Amino acid sequence: MSIDIKTTKIEPRRVTFDNVAEKLGEGKIPSRYQEVMIGVQQEEVFHYRPTWDPEHEIFDADRTAINMQDFDDLVDPRQYYYGTYVIQRSKQQEALEKNFSVVEKRGLLTALDAGLTERITKIIVPFRHAEWGANTNNLFIAAYGFGTPMPIAADFQGMDRLGNAQYITRIGLILSNNDPEILDQAKAEWLDEPMWQPLRKMLEDSFVLKDWFELHLLQNFLLDGILHPLLFQHLEGEVVNNGGAAFAMVTEFFVDWYGEATRWTDHTLKTAAGESAENKALLTEWRDKWLPEVKNAAAPLAEYIFADRSAEVMKQIADKLDTRSGKIGLE
Amino acid sequence: MADKPRRLNLNQKYQLMTRGLDWETTYQSMDDVFPYDKYEGIKIKDWDKWQDPFRLTMDAYWKYQAEKERKLYAILDSFAQNNSQLNISDARYMNAVKIWMQGVTPLEYAAFRGYAMLGRGFRGAGARVACQFQSIDEMRHYQTQMHAFSHYNKFFNGFRQYSRIRDRAWYLSIPKSYFEDAVTAGPFELITAISFSFEYVLTNLLFMPFVSGAAYNGDMATTTFGFSAQSDESRHMTLGLEVIKFMLEQHEDNLPIVQRWLDKWFWRGYRLLGLVGTMMDYMLPKKVMSWRQAWEIYWEESGMALFNDLSRYGLRPPKYHEVATKEKYRITHEFWSTIYQFSHATALYTWIPTNEELDWFSAEYGELFDTVYRPRYEYWAELHKNGERFFQKRLPVVCNVCQIPIFHTMPDDPLMNCCLVTEYKGTKHQMCSQGCKDIFDHEPEKYCQAYIPPQQIYQGNCGGATLEAYKEWLHIKEEETGEYYGSEDHRMWEEWKAQAAGTAVASA
Repeated sequence: MSIDIKTTKIEPRRVTFDNVAEKLGEGKIPSRYQEVMIGVQQEEVFHYRPTWDPEHEIFDADRTAINMQDFDDLVDPRQYYYGTYVIQRSKQQEALEKNFSVVEKRGLLTALDAGLTERITKIIVPFRHAEWGANTNNLFIAAYGFGTPMPIAADFQGMDRLGNAQYITRIGLILSNNDPEILDQAKAEWLDEPMWQPLRKMLEDSFVLKDWFELHLLQNFLLDGILHPLLFQHLEGEVVNNGGAAFAMVTEFFVDWYGEATRWTDHTLKTAAGESAENKALLTEWRDKWLPEVKNAAAPLAEYIFADRSAEVMKQIADKLDTRSGKIGLE
Repeated sequence: MADKPRRLNLNQKYQLMTRGLDWETTYQSMDDVFPYDKYEGIKIKDWDKWQDPFRLTMDAYWKYQAEKERKLYAILDSFAQNNSQLNISDARYMNAVKIWMQGVTPLEYAAFRGYAMLGRGFRGAGARVACQFQSIDEMRHYQTQMHAFSHYNKFFNGFRQYSRIRDRAWYLSIPKSYFEDAVTAGPFELITAISFSFEYVLTNLLFMPFVSGAAYNGDMATTTFGFSAQSDESRHMTLGLEVIKFMLEQHEDNLPIVQRWLDKWFWRGYRLLGLVGTMMDYMLPKKVMSWRQAWEIYWEESGMALFNDLSRYGLRPPKYHEVATKEKYRITHEFWSTIYQFSHATALYTWIPTNEELDWFSAEYGELFDTVYRPRYEYWAELHKNGERFFQKRLPVVCNVCQIPIFHTMPDDPLMNCCLVTEYKGTKHQMCSQGCKDIFDHEPEKYCQAYIPPQQIYQGNCGGATLEAYKEWLHIKEEETGEYYGSEDHRMWEEWKAQAAGTAVASA
C-alpha cells in the first residue's frame, strides 16, 4: 500500500544564482560545492589600492604570471567546501585519536628499539617546523591567490599543515614521555644542524616568493612530493620493517592525507597547464628551476636515514614525481 | 628523558602544540618574510606576550566544527524539503535577508581573505594562528549563508544577481567600501577595525537583531546558521579584545595610533549599522526591538562600560559617539525615507509601514517621529493610493567616505541637512558628517580614490548614463525593484497564502 503525503506544490522561479547558472548552463542544478565556488571573489570595482601593495588591487589576477580565462576553473576534485572539509577531517581525527590512545596506553612507541627511536626523533620531530613552513606558504595562497576555489583549498591545505605539525608534536611528546625538552632539542637542530640547513634555507627562500602559483608548485608539488614520500613512506616502511609497526599507527594519517592532497595539487596544476602553452612552459620552467634545489634540500635527510641506499630511494621518489609531472602535462 | 609520562595540563599542551613551531629566519631577513607588519608604526617588543584567545588545536577544531556542520545542514535540508519559506511572517521580511545576502555575505568572504592575510602576515606565531582560525570561520560563514539563502533564491527576487550587484550597485558600496577600507589598511588597523571595533564593540547591534529578527519572523534557515555561528563569533570577540590589550601593553607609542583607529572605525561601523538598524525597524514585520532601544542597551550601556574599563590603558570613548546617540531617534527613519525614494534603483522592495507599524514607531520614537516622519509617510501613502508612487528621478549624492546618500541631518537640528565639503587637489569631496570628514582629511590620498557610484553612472561608466542602462548593467529587471505592494514577490506570497488557506478549507 502506498501512502501519499499531502504537501503544498510550489514551483521555483529558478534553480540557482545567476553567476552559477552562467558558468554551468541554465537550469543545471549545482552541487553545494559549485554553488559557493563560482564567482564569490570580487573581481571589479575596488575602492582603494592596498596601502601595503599599491601596485595591485586587493584581489588581483596579476599576482601570478599564470593566466587563466577563468580562475574559478581551478577547482578542487575533492569538492571540499567548509562543511565537507571539517566533517572529513573529523572522521580521520577520530580514527587517529584511537590509534594515538592505544600507542600511548600500551607504551608502544617508547618500547621501540633505541636506534629506531633515535632516527624518528632526529628526522620526524624537527619536521614539525617544515610543516609549519607549509602552513605559512599555503596561507599566502589563501591570502593573495586569485579566483574563488584556489584560495579556499589552499586555506584547507594550510590548516591541514598546522594539524600535521601538531600531530608530529604529539609523536615527539610520546617519545619523550611528555618531556618538552625533545621539542626544544629538535628546534635547535632545525636551526643549526647541518643536515637541516638546506631544507630550512629552501623554505625561507619560498617565504619571500611573490607569485602564488609558483609557490603552489614549489610547496605542494615539489617539496611535498619529495619530502612526504621520503618521511612517511620510505622512512616509515623502514621503521615498520624493523619492528616499529606502532609508528605506522600514528603516521597513517600523513600517508592518507598526502594521497588526498596530491589529487588537489595535480588537478590544479594540470588545469593551469592545459589552459595554454604559455602556462605549460612557465610551470615547466619553474619546476626545472626548483626541483634540483628541493632534491638538494632532501638529500641530507635521505642520507641520514638510508645511508648508502639513499641515492636509490631518492631516485624512486624522483621517478614518481616525474610520472606525476608527465600526467600533469609538464614537458 | 623522563621514565614515566609527565602530566601536562591543557594549557601546557596547547603552548607546545603552537608556540615554538615558528622560528627566527636567518637565510632571509624577518622583515622580508613579514614585510607588512611594521609600516603602520605599531611597535611590538615581544610577540610571545600575545595571549592566545582560543587555545584550539586543529583536531579539536575539526571535531567541534564538524558536529555543528552536521546539525546545520540537516536543518537546511529539511527546511528546503518542507518549503519552510512558507512559514515566514510576511514576504516583506525577505528584504532583510536580501540585504544580508547582497551586502553582508560578501563581507564574510572578504573577511576570510583578510584574515588569511593576517594569518600569513604577522610575525608572531600566536597571533597568526588565531587569525587563521578566524579566517576559516569566516569562510564557513559565507558558505553556510549562501547555502541557507540558496533556497530563498529559488522563490524570491533580489538574490539571483548578488555577485554582480555586490560590486556594482550604488547602495552596496556602503558595506563594500567599509570592508575594503579595512583590508587596504595595514594588518594592525585591519584587525582593530574588524576584530575590535566591529566584532567586539558593534557586533551585538548587527548579529542580535538580525538573528533574533529571523527567529521572530519564522525564518528557520537564517536562525539556524546564526545560532550555529554564535560560538565562532564569541571566539572572534575574544580576539578583538586581546588585540587591543596586546598593542597597548607592548609600547606607549601605540596608544595614539590605536585611539585614532578606534575613532575612525567606530564612526565607520556606526554609519554602516544605520543600514542594519533600518532593516530591523522597517523590514521585520514582527519587531524585536527598535534601533533606539538597541542603541541604548548595546552602546550607551555596554559600549560605554567597555570604554570605562579600557580607560586604564589610556583610551577614551571614540570621537562623535555622542553624535551617534543624538541620532538614535532619526537615523533609521532618514535611511528608510531615502531607500523608499530610490528603491527603483535597487534589488529590494520598499513600502510605507502599515498603520499598526506607524503606531509602534510613534511609541518607540515619540514626538520627533510624529512631527517629522509620520506626516511624510502619510503623504507618500496618499500619493501611492492615487497611483503616483513617489520615486526620485535622479541618483543621490553620496558621502565620499561612508558612501551613504547625504541625507543625515545636523547633530542638533533634525530638520537641517548636513553636508561638509573638503577640497583636495582641485576636486570637491562631499561628506555626510564631521566623523566622515575627519576620516577623509586624515587620509585624503586614500579616500579620493573611492569609487563613487552615482558619479560613475552619470559619467556613463556603468552601462550608460541613464538609470535604465544602469539597471541593465546590474541585471536588475523592473519587476525586481521598487514598490513592494503589487510586486512579483508580493503576488507570489498572496498566491501561496491563498493556496494554503484553500488546502485548509478542503481538508476541514
